Amino acid sequence: MDFLWLIPALPLTGFLVLALTAQRLSRPIVSLVGVGSVGGSAVMVAWAAVDFLRRMPGETSYTKKLWTWMDVGGLHLDMAFYIDTLTLVMMLVITGVGFFIHLYSTGYMAEDKDYARFFACMNLFVAAMLILVMAENLPLLYLGWEGVGLCSYLLIGFWYTDKANGYAARKAFVVTRVGDTAMAVGLFLLYNQLGTLQIQDTMSRAATVWPQGSATATLAALLLLGGAVGKSAQLPLQTWLPDAMAGPTPVSALIHAATMVTAGVYLIARTHVLFMLSPLAMTVTAVIGAATLLMAGFSALVQHDIKRVLAYSTISQLGYMFLALGVGAWSAAVFHLVTHAFFKALLFLCAGAVIHALGGEQDMFRMGGLKDRLPLTFWAFLTGASSLAALPLITAGFYSKDMIIWEAYASPLGGMGFWLVAMIGALVTSLYTFRMMWLTFAGPVKTPVHHPPGLSMTVPLVVLAVLSLLAGFMETPRTLGGIHAFSSLLHSCLPETVLDHGREAHEMLFEIIAAVTALGGIAWAWVLYRPKDGSTAESPASRLPKSLQRFWLGGWGFDGLYDRLFVRPYLALAHFDKNDVIDRVFSAIAQLGRSGHRVLSLTQNGQLRSYIWGIGLGAAAVVFMVVYL
Amino acid sequence: MIMAWLILIPVLSGIFAWSLELRFRGSARWTALVALAVGLGFTCYLAHQPFELVPSGGPYFMNLDIPWIASAGIHFHLAMDGLSLVLVLLTHFLGIVAVLSSWTEISEKAGFFYFNLLWVLAGIIGVFLSMDLFLFYFFWEMMLIPMFFLISVYGHENRIYASVKFFLFTQISGLFMLLAILGLYFVHGKQTGQYTFNYFDLMGTPMTGTMGILFMLGFLTAFAVKLPAVPFHTWLPDAHTEAPTAGSIILAGLLLKTGAYGMIRFVIPLFPEASAAAAPAVMALSVVGIIYGALLALSQTDFKRLVAYTSVSHMGFVMLGIFAWNTLALQGAVVQMICHGLSTGALFFLAGILKDRLHTRDLGQMGGLWATAPRLAGMTLFFALASLGLPGLGNFIAEFTILMGVFQVNKIIAATASLGLVGAAVYSLWIIQAAFHGPLKVKKTFADLSFRETAALTLMLVGLVYLGLNPGPVFRMAQPSLDHLTRIVSITNPGLPNPAKPFSFNTSTPHPSENPGGTGHAIR
Amino acid sequence: MLTIPTSHGLLLAGIIFILGLVCVLVRRNIIFILLGLEIMFNAAGLAFVVAGAKWGQPDGQIMFLFILTTAAAEVSIGLALVFGMVHHLHTLDIDQADGMKG
Repeated sequence: MDFLWLIPALPLTGFLVLALTAQRLSRPIVSLVGVGSVGGSAVMVAWAAVDFLRRMPGETSYTKKLWTWMDVGGLHLDMAFYIDTLTLVMMLVITGVGFFIHLYSTGYMAEDKDYARFFACMNLFVAAMLILVMAENLPLLYLGWEGVGLCSYLLIGFWYTDKANGYAARKAFVVTRVGDTAMAVGLFLLYNQLGTLQIQDTMSRAATVWPQGSATATLAALLLLGGAVGKSAQLPLQTWLPDAMAGPTPVSALIHAATMVTAGVYLIARTHVLFMLSPLAMTVTAVIGAATLLMAGFSALVQHDIKRVLAYSTISQLGYMFLALGVGAWSAAVFHLVTHAFFKALLFLCAGAVIHALGGEQDMFRMGGLKDRLPLTFWAFLTGASSLAALPLITAGFYSKDMIIWEAYASPLGGMGFWLVAMIGALVTSLYTFRMMWLTFAGPVKTPVHHPPGLSMTVPLVVLAVLSLLAGFMETPRTLGGIHAFSSLLHSCLPETVLDHGREAHEMLFEIIAAVTALGGIAWAWVLYRPKDGSTAESPASRLPKSLQRFWLGGWGFDGLYDRLFVRPYLALAHFDKNDVIDRVFSAIAQLGRSGHRVLSLTQNGQLRSYIWGIGLGAAAVVFMVVYL
Repeated sequence: MIMAWLILIPVLSGIFAWSLELRFRGSARWTALVALAVGLGFTCYLAHQPFELVPSGGPYFMNLDIPWIASAGIHFHLAMDGLSLVLVLLTHFLGIVAVLSSWTEISEKAGFFYFNLLWVLAGIIGVFLSMDLFLFYFFWEMMLIPMFFLISVYGHENRIYASVKFFLFTQISGLFMLLAILGLYFVHGKQTGQYTFNYFDLMGTPMTGTMGILFMLGFLTAFAVKLPAVPFHTWLPDAHTEAPTAGSIILAGLLLKTGAYGMIRFVIPLFPEASAAAAPAVMALSVVGIIYGALLALSQTDFKRLVAYTSVSHMGFVMLGIFAWNTLALQGAVVQMICHGLSTGALFFLAGILKDRLHTRDLGQMGGLWATAPRLAGMTLFFALASLGLPGLGNFIAEFTILMGVFQVNKIIAATASLGLVGAAVYSLWIIQAAFHGPLKVKKTFADLSFRETAALTLMLVGLVYLGLNPGPVFRMAQPSLDHLTRIVSITNPGLPNPAKPFSFNTSTPHPSENPGGTGHAIR
Repeated sequence: MLTIPTSHGLLLAGIIFILGLVCVLVRRNIIFILLGLEIMFNAAGLAFVVAGAKWGQPDGQIMFLFILTTAAAEVSIGLALVFGMVHHLHTLDIDQADGMKG
């Protein structure tokens, strides 16, 4: 597997070629470079995966050192890649889904004048994301971590002439940077205590140095959690993701649904040893996940913009993953990460196809009746939506979400409370998903279709739709066949979830409740939001009080809160002090000199006689002093 | 002798450039370019083979000691170690960039301009090489006066105010240092009977605590003003804003580094106890500087002023690293000096280019320039990202190692300083937003980067990426010097509750044979 | 020979000096100021002569001759300045000549 370095290097080369030739290449060549590099990378990942699985039970990990990055003052860091099954899963998702989204983009972005810049950023993103998951040490992971943040910034602000996009981009970067800084401090703490930042060494040393429940371990875990929370848009740093929808839709699909935002989940899974040392950190993770999934779910319920629905839905689904991590359901979290990558990317791409077809319209209330105009998109969207709503038995989302919900109850760290939250979340998910479905595709036509999607856009939809259905069968519950292909693959690097034996018996019952809830949610959505004949779709959640709707629409007021608490005071302070108060001190000294000068210069008045007075009095004073002192 | 030539080349070619320009217009810039290229060649030659030259003991691989005013113990004493070498290399490199940046900007009185430019550089190189405190002070003043002329003659609208302010701040703080030098000279002379300005002899002079604190403060004031540390930074925004492009590049890239260099070379080794006592206060001040600079940078509307405040923030990291005084933090500080020189130098270069094209430095009047000048925008984006410490670029390595080193010493301070990373993101992205994003405000078209500009900026870009991915060469070059200095401090300052202890994973045992006093003389 | 006490001579010199000084200080006419200066010169000269007489040395009288010479030079330059002043300012009032204030 010596070619491992080529996997991130290929997209990186794509980026360099596209960035350096700056618009001079023709569009077909740009597409070839942009899509080809990711495709080539995907092929190599597949090859590496096969190679790795062939050696599997013997070797559970593989490390490849490229060169020494830093070796200073006892800190030794390599440019090195570390592969295990968790990494492989992530790499497959990144390059696989990434490839199809790139392919889709050739159609979606075809008319954009900055075609090359778009693909340059996308390629850079794939490279950085691969480095993030393949990193052998935490600073290298941090490099990828900030790298994906940069690409996210560049792509959210891709249409830079609109100031709002630039604002959204900066908001995304700065908010995640807050989390990143916490994470950086976490790295300092880990190095300070353990003397290494190489991930596997850090974990093994942590397990030996720190006792279970140690305060330092908790602090370190919470600091890393800060980074994860920022990147994965969890409470309290979730505010950037809905605004991040300002970017082109393929960007939302790749970065803000399938890959980058899941980096937080990856980080926690990667450092699970540390988290398992601290029950407090685990509980905090689970509580954050639970709170986020509810909050975002309710927000998704009232949005008008189709992409914002999906954005809140992403936050909510990431909340499920955090809940899973927090209760120690490691495989479940990663499993949901994978299926979510498929169906959410699919939903975003479908939404993109709709927006593209309608000439840039994103408001669901101006859509409608697209079922017949865009049949393929409709069926793909329906698949994705069913998967998101966890339609029982046939969709991937059902298996992964069910696994989380079940383990949130059955794990010793979980319990009835978490289960209940997850169930309410599931109900809300079905509700907002099918609300979106009916509003967009059913009812009367409101905006005419301009550009039906071309082949480059429909192929990825079909592939992802198939994956959103089939991916679930990698892992099924005991009651439904008990296939454990996915989790047994991951068990070489992630511990198995221990289930509480007393609760295990109810598995069947809980599954039925979950299935009924999902179906019930869909049915309720039908009752609430189904197109009423003749009438233009009345405001969906109009039964709810207006103020509550506004509250949810604005994301529970977090934006305003942070604006008042941090942004405005910071800006006000900066502008208040624009001319630097400290300079006043020095100006005052200068002023003192100047006024002294003015006072003394008064004595030089040009009057000869006053000078003589001065001389006379001075002489008299000197004589007086000589004689009497 | 090669060290003397490193100083003499710019001095002589400065005079030559001035006189030649009187006869042939446009010849001075070529003279300056050639002179600096020759100097760079020399330095690169040295950088290629220093470590073979090291005899046992001491990091110095070159030494030149000529009596100057022997009766007063003043020598023309130069010595070079890895630390000096790295900085001299940076000086030549940024000198060339400065010449390239003023290629077309300066057309009037060009001879005098390049004369001053070369003399400033000569002074800076002298500062980095002097091992005699009197000589050091001489060079310290020598770089001040030509810089004054660069600002006051070739600057922008408010240049007289800025240049006088710059002059007063540095001159007055320099006088404190002169007092401290003389005090040290007499204290040492009285105790040993040997009146000398030799750096190696003065090291370890026993003195009372108060005296040590006073002398240390004398040096520290001069260096803190130069660095600049809050609250002595206010000359910097004015000087940067009003200076011509080349002046800003040299100010930010090099002059500020002399302050940091002075702290590493003189403040802590000469006064270890006093420095250890002052370290917590100085580190706290650095953190204030980091955050204050980042805060004020955001509110500036003048591009150059904004970058000037970012310098305050970045150099705060340097001072923080120096006073943490362990290998990690010190190495970080050295890398930060280089990377800040490159990234901020480049940002000033870009500000100069924008000013040249648009005739304004006001960010409020720019906007949407990405469409007009994509190469310019891309370059600015890159250097703004370097400035915010994006991993993969040199500045990240620097800030990361500094903070990591500081964390070993003081966790609270390190964690607070990390907030500077958030502030850096805010102001760096604001530059991009204000100048390049948003609706197009400037309607006229203008040329994108020329070949000369692209080449100079690309060199700096490559340097930053290289340092970000493989900082090893710089670490290795500075390592012997820093080891040596930390060892001296731990020898002369054994029983002290010293924050400046090397990190426990890297404890180095002091070797008495590598005694500081003799090393400078023992080698060629 | 009748001897006058030195203190009397010095007192006289002092009185004359003060008279001259007061003349310089209170008069605004430049001619009178020059007169005042001359009186002060003479007071100083008298003091020299008295002191010379006290110690029986000729130095005091030699100094008086110097003072005479200086006074002559001073008067000639002073009168030249008076001419200049009348020419430029058309007045003899010294307070009008205050062009050199800071």
